[in-house]
Amino acid sequence: METAQETGNLTGIRQIILVLSGKGGVGKSTISTELALALRHSGKKVGILDVDLCGPSIPRMLKVQDKAVHQCDNGWVPVFVDQEQTISLMSVGFLLEKPDEAVVWRGPKKNALIKQFVSDVVWGDLDYLIVDTPPGTSDEHISAVEALRPYKPLGAILVTTPQAISVGDVRRELTFCKKTGLRVIGIVENMSGFICPHCSECTNLFSKGGGEELARHAKVPFLGCVPLDPQLTKSLEEGQDFIQEFPKSPAFPAFISITQQILDGMLAQTS
Amino acid sequence: MELATSLGDPSPGRARDEVAICARAQGALVSGTSFTLVGLNVAPQAGSAAAAGSGGQEGAGMEEVPQDCPGTSSAQAGKGASCQGCPNQRLCASGAGAAPDPAIEEIREKMRTVKHKILVLSGKGGVGKSTFSAHLAYGLAEDESKQIALLDIDICGPSIPKMMGLEGEQVHQSGSGWSPVYVEENLGVMSVGFLLGSPDDAVIWRGPKKNGMIKQFLRDVDWGEIDYLIVDTPPGTSDEHLSIVQYLSAAHIDGAVIITTPQEVSLQDVRKEINFCHKVKLPIIGVVENMSGFICPKCKNESQIFPPTTGGAEVMCQDLKVPLLGKVPLDPQIGKSCDNGQSFLTEVPDSPATLAYRNIIQSKCLKHVNNYLIKNISLWFTVLSYLIS
Ligand SMILES: Nc1ncnc2c1ncn2[C@@H]1O[C@H](COP(=O)(O)OP(=O)(O)OP(=O)(O)O)[C@@H](O)[C@H]1O
Ligand SMILES: Nc1ncnc2c1ncn2[C@@H]1O[C@H](COP(=O)(O)OP(=O)(O)O)[C@@H](O)[C@H]1O
Ligand SMILES: [Mg+2]
Ligand SMILES: [Mg+2]
Ligand SMILES: [Zn+2]
Ligand SMILES: [Zn+2]
Repeated sequence: METAQETGNLTGIRQIILVLSGKGGVGKSTISTELALALRHSGKKVGILDVDLCGPSIPRMLKVQDKAVHQCDNGWVPVFVDQEQTISLMSVGFLLEKPDEAVVWRGPKKNALIKQFVSDVVWGDLDYLIVDTPPGTSDEHISAVEALRPYKPLGAILVTTPQAISVGDVRRELTFCKKTGLRVIGIVENMSGFICPHCSECTNLFSKGGGEELARHAKVPFLGCVPLDPQLTKSLEEGQDFIQEFPKSPAFPAFISITQQILDGMLAQTS
Repeated sequence: MELATSLGDPSPGRARDEVAICARAQGALVSGTSFTLVGLNVAPQAGSAAAAGSGGQEGAGMEEVPQDCPGTSSAQAGKGASCQGCPNQRLCASGAGAAPDPAIEEIREKMRTVKHKILVLSGKGGVGKSTFSAHLAYGLAEDESKQIALLDIDICGPSIPKMMGLEGEQVHQSGSGWSPVYVEENLGVMSVGFLLGSPDDAVIWRGPKKNGMIKQFLRDVDWGEIDYLIVDTPPGTSDEHLSIVQYLSAAHIDGAVIITTPQEVSLQDVRKEINFCHKVKLPIIGVVENMSGFICPKCKNESQIFPPTTGGAEVMCQDLKVPLLGKVPLDPQIGKSCDNGQSFLTEVPDSPATLAYRNIIQSKCLKHVNNYLIKNISLWFTVLSYLIS
């Protein structure tokens, strides 16, 4: 069986973090990307495993959408984002012949690929592996959690936007974590508040406070609010390093603070 | 109507057992076995219409399907390594599973009383599929002579109950199937949300079980005479999407409205969805660009929060030769109306977003496309313009 290989390819990884949300479009891939960039900024080596098979966003967000995955003796070599190889990425996006091709797969096929992603990618030594997921509590999530269980993931970051419609879905995601025994590292409230560049008026486009309230209600840590920041959207569209290039923009401090909490959490765990 | 009585009647036949199943499924999952329960368990009463009808492949009982099940329609059915020991192995290997699901024919029969069927799709999450579905339904239902049904097949993230102000409502069992929950006499709604016991209940289901649920929504719900059936979907191109198209294949779907936001991160997924529609031969009614531009309530200046860096839906629609039905701006009131379960159309008739709707009504695109379906979409906007005039 593949067990030997399985243990082989993930043993060099110190911490595995899943990024989850019951809701779509709330910023899971955004948080995954910026967390990876911010962790690199503090000298860490990071891998990203993108298990959103129908809508992979990370390759574009890191501007590696034209790269390809290579095969070596030990498995698949992930795509490196930079020359120094501090961020590596595996995504179904690299396996498609045409970028607009739809992955029209039912569950079992998705599950098989996720298993393969977990067992066959040669990550090497990493400080963190971030797992970006599609919205929901279904095949991809069950398969990813099951396949990663032997490697004892640190836990999950749950992303929500502030409005009730989204918080409701994230409540269900919390139940998923509880039932699968996945620790909740904390909740991030994304897209809370937009500051008008013309008159500085702050509008809560998707209301405000829902994520924090949920964290309190569920007694899990609240990691912070990331404001709606057009600069962030734009840098993700163009695959720029937001952490490097926009330290003055409104979302920057939020990402740094979230990352710091992850780093601190890790220190607390290992000491 | 009997509707009122069925709503008021706290039927013991409430289909609430999902939660128990979830827990069991999880039990299997947590203990690390490679089996997950995916059998259907939505038939609450033996002998009820729902229970009687659910003997299809997915089965009414609590079957265990191996996680790597190649699927009944695959050439590997019953022959894969994971099929060893599967209770269905013989059946699968016999090839019986590859035969068309008899439910497709049953659903065709059931759908005879439904005139139009419209799917609301997007490859991307959070772009406003449910918001559009809800408001299309609200808008169409303004015409009291029309009967509207709204079906939510987002099994893991049902938003429709909340948006329609029906949170906490339950589905009741009648002689002829499950009764939808009614917002108005002419607007019925069905969602997995009505089957959950509490807002914390998660539907942790793999594909086959979700598919079984969708089948039941189409076959076992007592929809009655319907002018428009609007189907809200989760993002993506997977089980739910394949199933709804497949189950309705004999009943004929009018087409899909595709929702996107203006930025490329969203469009790249939406192009996949359009390819999906081509693949399964689902006609595309058109694309709606949502959240395009935000007009500051204070200074009235516009900001591009989700910038159309590659030209937005407009360029995509030109490239792919699909009609653009219109653009809806970001309006915080829309989110509030959704959270409060009210129709934005009647709540905020004079917002900048509503003014933008006016322009949509006048848009060339809508006038050009000489399709009765498009006219029905424009009816929604006509209703809007009627409301604001
Ligand atoms: N034009 C708009 N302006 C402001 N808010 C909007 C607009 N359209 C949608 N919203 C809000 O955006 C959020 C996401 O919308 P919705 O739930 O309809 O998306 P969805 O595509 O159905 O998401 P999912 O993929 O999770 O099912 C909701 O809170 C909704 O109220
Ligand atoms: N705080 C924010 N400010 C502005 N835009 C954001 C923010 N968070 C996310 N976005 C944008 O919202 C869109 C959806 O985010 P994404 O990460 O793709 O969501 P998900 O992975 O949950 O589907 C992207 O275009 C992203 O750039
Ligand atoms: Mg994503
Ligand atoms: Mg939705
Ligand atoms: Zn302003
Ligand atoms: Zn089988």
